[in-house]
Amino acid sequence: MSGALGPFLLKRLALSLLTLWLLSVVVFFGCQVLPGDPARAILGPLADPRAVAALNEKLGSDRPPVEIYLSWMGGLITGDMGQSYAYRSPVAPFIGSALVNSLKLAATVFAIVVPLGIGAGVLAALRAGRPIDRLISVAGLSLTVIPEFVSSIALILVFAVLLRWLPLSASWPAGSGPLVQLQHLILPALPLVIVLFGYIARMTRAGMVEALSADYTRTAILKGLPWRTVLSRHVLRNALLPTITVIAAQMGYALGGLVVVESLFRYQGIGSLVLGAARAKDFAMLQAGILTVGAFFVVTTLLADIVTTLLDPRLRTGGRR
Amino acid sequence: MTDPAVPPVLRLDDMSVSYRIRGRAVPVLSQVNLSIAKGEVYGLVGESGSGKSTVALAVQRVLPANGRMSGGRALINGRDVGALDRAALLQMRAREVAMVFQDPGRALNPSITIGRQVAEAFEILGASGHEARRRAEEMLTRVRISSPARVMERYPHQLSGGMQQRVVIAMALAKDPSLLILDEPTTGLDATIEAEILDLVDTLRREFGASILFISHNLGAIAGLCDRVGVLYAGRLVEEGPVRDLFADPRHPYTAGLLRCLPRPGLRKDLAPLDTIPGFPPAPGSIPVGCVFAPRCALADETCRTIDPPLVTTGAGRVSRCHHHDRVGDLPHAVPRAAAGTLAPAGASTGTPVLELTALSKTYGSAPYAVQALRDVSLRLMPGQTLGLVGESGSGKSTLAHALLGLIAPDAGGGMALDGAALAPEVRRRTAEQIKTLQIVFQNPDSALNRSHSVRRLIGRAITRLGGLKGAQREAQVTRLLESVRLTARQLSARPRQLSGGMKQRVAVARAFAGNPRLVVCDEPTSALDVSVQAAILNLLAELQAERQVAYLLISHDLGVVRYLSDWIAVLYLGRLLEVGPAARVLDGPHHPYTEALLSAAPSVSGERTGRIRLTGAIPSGVSPPAGCLFHTRCPRRIGPICDTEEPPFTADAHGHAIRCHLPRAELGRSLAPATA
Repeated sequence: MSGALGPFLLKRLALSLLTLWLLSVVVFFGCQVLPGDPARAILGPLADPRAVAALNEKLGSDRPPVEIYLSWMGGLITGDMGQSYAYRSPVAPFIGSALVNSLKLAATVFAIVVPLGIGAGVLAALRAGRPIDRLISVAGLSLTVIPEFVSSIALILVFAVLLRWLPLSASWPAGSGPLVQLQHLILPALPLVIVLFGYIARMTRAGMVEALSADYTRTAILKGLPWRTVLSRHVLRNALLPTITVIAAQMGYALGGLVVVESLFRYQGIGSLVLGAARAKDFAMLQAGILTVGAFFVVTTLLADIVTTLLDPRLRTGGRR
Repeated sequence: MTDPAVPPVLRLDDMSVSYRIRGRAVPVLSQVNLSIAKGEVYGLVGESGSGKSTVALAVQRVLPANGRMSGGRALINGRDVGALDRAALLQMRAREVAMVFQDPGRALNPSITIGRQVAEAFEILGASGHEARRRAEEMLTRVRISSPARVMERYPHQLSGGMQQRVVIAMALAKDPSLLILDEPTTGLDATIEAEILDLVDTLRREFGASILFISHNLGAIAGLCDRVGVLYAGRLVEEGPVRDLFADPRHPYTAGLLRCLPRPGLRKDLAPLDTIPGFPPAPGSIPVGCVFAPRCALADETCRTIDPPLVTTGAGRVSRCHHHDRVGDLPHAVPRAAAGTLAPAGASTGTPVLELTALSKTYGSAPYAVQALRDVSLRLMPGQTLGLVGESGSGKSTLAHALLGLIAPDAGGGMALDGAALAPEVRRRTAEQIKTLQIVFQNPDSALNRSHSVRRLIGRAITRLGGLKGAQREAQVTRLLESVRLTARQLSARPRQLSGGMKQRVAVARAFAGNPRLVVCDEPTSALDVSVQAAILNLLAELQAERQVAYLLISHDLGVVRYLSDWIAVLYLGRLLEVGPAARVLDGPHHPYTEALLSAAPSVSGERTGRIRLTGAIPSGVSPPAGCLFHTRCPRRIGPICDTEEPPFTADAHGHAIRCHLPRAELGRSLAPATA
């Protein structure tokens, strides 16, 4: 029965690799059209043009773009992300630690928003049309439209400045334990929780309403099953399928879209790393950072596909209709 | 009739149900009375909107959130369902009442295995996990599922419609219910599968001794299965009685009208139009005084419009809600009989065929999983004639239509010609003239019409695209087409959702006729419609054909419809033509054993179920079709090894009637009741 899963996964994997390759092309040549060259960026605007040319030659950045791209790709495949011009050291360690930080933040966001959003969506669907449903829907929708920088500032003012419940900075002192780290992570996580909550809750509600009115749910009720069994065994599983896909898609967003939050909270994540690299024309860092975010996107989407396939036998066993 | 001390299994006492729609309570059922005795099968007939499904939901207390039992009571085994507390209600659902729905594919949970779903029904009754699975397997065997252990590992989407319905029936019977409610259990299934399911229900009712409430719009199915029948119209029970008597001698004008609408043996487009019931069923609650049927009734007089008729006893066990129940036999025909003979005879039988298919094949996928959906099909259709295409699901009917319309490309080697000119496989490479010439009417007008367009725009666009007319000319043409499909200017600005199902199908027909087509593919044109509406659409198609000499390729699983409209009939099985010939010869016989089985599977209102030929076994997979005669695995007339190894020749007699069978014609089956009078 799982026979159909293998080829399906292989196909998806191949597509993912293709996506990543396309991304690398776009990122690389996008960086090439940005004004300014690396040597100029390193030596500054007043440097002697001969020195700039010499450095470009030394860096290899005077070669034709395609050649640079190929050697860059060659490096990536062998695990070498290149040298940062700004830091004059290999890119990889920077990316690694920023990715770990970002993952911690994203994990905090999802640990809060997934149970909250799904719970609210389920509750709203079960009480469809009642005041609690309206409240959840309206609250979710209004919260979603608040930009992170607005909610971030409001949250900082309330929880860090006025109430002093949570630390202002997202960065924790070196060597802090997980609990202290978590304390620092909650405040920066909240703006994203606010944005994602309404989205997940709405999606869950829609899936629930559909599953609740489905014929198979009626069949389950008429079997004489207690309501709780009907919900847990027949409704939830079918209702949550679309939500899972949405959550996975949002994970990529949470990782790459954290630029504003990370810089507001002065958090050393991949978002602020990419932003800094773009400002400094640190191409190697910029390209590696964007590709990392892209790879994360691709991996989460692939995971979502696998989970959906496992949960939906119609996909797993190659449905007739 | 029954022991008065034993309460009936189901009794409705003046039961009324209303739905709250936009803040107003709309009555859907008013004061329905009926009772079903132990072991009895009661049929409830009605068209869509009559409230028949609401009866089923109300007696189990699963009305939608806006529905409410607004009066009366429903008693199951003597206990008032409305008065049960939560626990007692669960007990009743778990042990006493079971229900089988219309669409088995949707009634089963798509993400749980069959075994799990069936076993669940036993677990509620207290069986342990292992015990429940064992009993589930046993129950699947009892509903005649072969290799139940394998089926239990499967998911619903991996089973055919007939198998799915068997599973649903198995789940329903798990609790050995005293009342089994079947709500349109065979709608959407093939005729042969429908016959199998009806047979199964008939057998199981004896094995289990359950009382059955059988809800259906299919009068034939009701006639074959039920002891008594109730006719529901606009939420009222208008007639009730023993099924044979009631169908033979209806005592309510609505019942009489319904029976007359049915296309049945002896009726043909060139003999007489079908009778219809004029007008539309009323919106619930829109007729506050008098008889609900009065606005559509030819017998209605002043009394009917002012006084609601009571239920009158009209014979042994029979009641009718009509002031004029003794005059129903004189009910005038809605379509005057004089119209008979005014229809032009069937189109020309010589000259250039409007459609000619030569050796058309279509293979999906590639070896070793190739499915041959069409095998070497050659057909011709003359202008102004109808070719009826029959066969079960998977027989290649739709593939043929799609190839014709240019939606799929047939395999190389075959040919299609329209009016003598070759027809390109891709629709892009066809001439504008060919596209105009060849149009389609789909099964479901709801999904075929753009919901956001008005009728004027829907038809107007087709006229511009196919006829190239604009402005005032286009408007004039819209009006002309509207008239020819018997719609009025009032409907011009309406959107599809404001129209009834029949009106929508008329719009779809008008659209197909916008470019003066010569050939229209009618893909199940009436199977989504009620009987009375179906009759009107069939009449319309027949009239348009007589007026415009248009040819039809009619795809339908309903042999009554095929019989009424067709001049020629082609029978497909696994993509192969098994029989083709003039309609009357195919229907009367001698015919192919498969055709014979299809014909005898169609239930008839007279309730005759003797002499039915039952097909055993499933339709073989198209991936590994049987060797020899494709039909030999299910054939009741198989002669011997020759059928397994050698494909029979396909030779035509002098009338062009060809049968692909090894049996000599003299030994092939014939209809007991000739199709033609």
